[in-house]
Amino acid sequence: MSETADRVKKIVVEHLGVEAEKVTEEASFIDDLGADSLDIVELVMAFEEEFGVEIPDDAAEKITTVKDAITYIDEHKA
Amino acid sequence: MRRVVVTGLGLVTPLGADVETAWANILAGKSGAGPITRFDASDQVCRIACEVKPATHEYGFDPGKRVDHKVQRQVDPFIIYGIDAAGQALEDAGLTDMTVEESWRAGCSIGSGIGGLPGIESESIVLHTKGPRRVSPHFVHGRLINLISGQVSIKYGLRGPNHAVVTACSTGAHAIGDAARMIAMDDADVMLAGGAEGTVCPLGIAGFAQARALSTGFNDTPEKASRPYDKDRDGFVMGEGAGIVVLEEYEHAKARGAKIYAEVIGYGLSGDAYHVTAPHPEGDGAFRSMQMALKKAGLEPSDIDYINAHGTSTPMGDELELGAVRRLFGDAMQTVSMSSTKSAIGHLLGGAGAVESIFCILALRDQIVPPTLNLDNPSDSCVGVDLVPHVAKKRQVRAVLNNSFGFGGTNASLVMRSI
Repeated sequence: MSETADRVKKIVVEHLGVEAEKVTEEASFIDDLGADSLDIVELVMAFEEEFGVEIPDDAAEKITTVKDAITYIDEHKA
Repeated sequence: MRRVVVTGLGLVTPLGADVETAWANILAGKSGAGPITRFDASDQVCRIACEVKPATHEYGFDPGKRVDHKVQRQVDPFIIYGIDAAGQALEDAGLTDMTVEESWRAGCSIGSGIGGLPGIESESIVLHTKGPRRVSPHFVHGRLINLISGQVSIKYGLRGPNHAVVTACSTGAHAIGDAARMIAMDDADVMLAGGAEGTVCPLGIAGFAQARALSTGFNDTPEKASRPYDKDRDGFVMGEGAGIVVLEEYEHAKARGAKIYAEVIGYGLSGDAYHVTAPHPEGDGAFRSMQMALKKAGLEPSDIDYINAHGTSTPMGDELELGAVRRLFGDAMQTVSMSSTKSAIGHLLGGAGAVESIFCILALRDQIVPPTLNLDNPSDSCVGVDLVPHVAKKRQVRAVLNNSFGFGGTNASLVMRSI
């Protein structure tokens, strides 16, 4: 597992209160992890803080799975 | 008119996070006061409070018991206390598994005096230091006062009236009185009613201290600070927590064989029309609130055996309430017992009226009245009044009166009796 994936999953577990095993890369925040649209806004904010990246709203809308988040962060982090 | 009874109780207090623990500690004369631990209060003139204790404490509160992890992260403490107390009350009443049809007739009337002040304070700092894009998307609905009712209705599927009272320190009593009327008027068969508060934060303490409302002379002896009716009282001690009851239409409760604690028979409301923080100098509003509640109950003052006073431990408030009670009760002053449980758990503001109504109900159940702690030297005006100093007192308790008065000159009184 990449270092980014590790940190992303930790944030997801903390914010959504789900078991770590459920946070697979394929997991959808809404369908599999019980998030609602505001939870995703909060998650995106947490990713921005953690990785020092900026995720504009149009990009954030396309982040629906754990893997989407990891990929975006790996492509844009400094 | 449909009769309204109490069939479930829930408490989160500085002296216990369930009804029986809190009541036992109240009767034992324990104090929930201590130095503020939530934040560094060293620069405040008031450095004490009655905090709800952490889960590790002997009578602490475990938010994880009834509040989802995600909700805990999103909302202010008052909502967490409220959800837990509401859950306790529903479990106690045996109403956690209602059908959809039953749930249409079950609602919430749970309020708070101030709401999510700690979150408003901290998120405001985020806004000013990190900018608007760092403000939590859960900021608004995690702080709004009606979000105890909102969260509770979602968690327990209550689809009836969804209401929230905001009348400062009268909130809890008004919430119960209003909800009882909704049942009496046939808007619902079951109502969760009460109040919660959680404002032990720098802004909350500073704000009340600047209004000259808090005790500041007992920072080294916190358990001595809340001393209603005592000559040395110098302000209230902030408390936090929640009190919520299940109110139910009498026939509905009887039909399902519910345990009935008490009947709500009187409710009085009034305004002082005088000053934002100071009570009316003759206790006019307080007098009329109590008078209305007794009239609705169809009782004489001599029928009331116990008054849970507003009694916040402020120099003026205690005196004026006592004067109003004296005028209304006349000769019945000789037989009534009146105490302030704020001496033990501090002032729960919007939660106070509900928590104290629960203590009244338990006084009816157990035929014992809780004490007023620290009443070492009663004020001169207290002569001839049984203020139940220091120790709980076994006595006959047929009917009870609960008073709550709030900033803005808002007053509420409830009368209940055993059934």
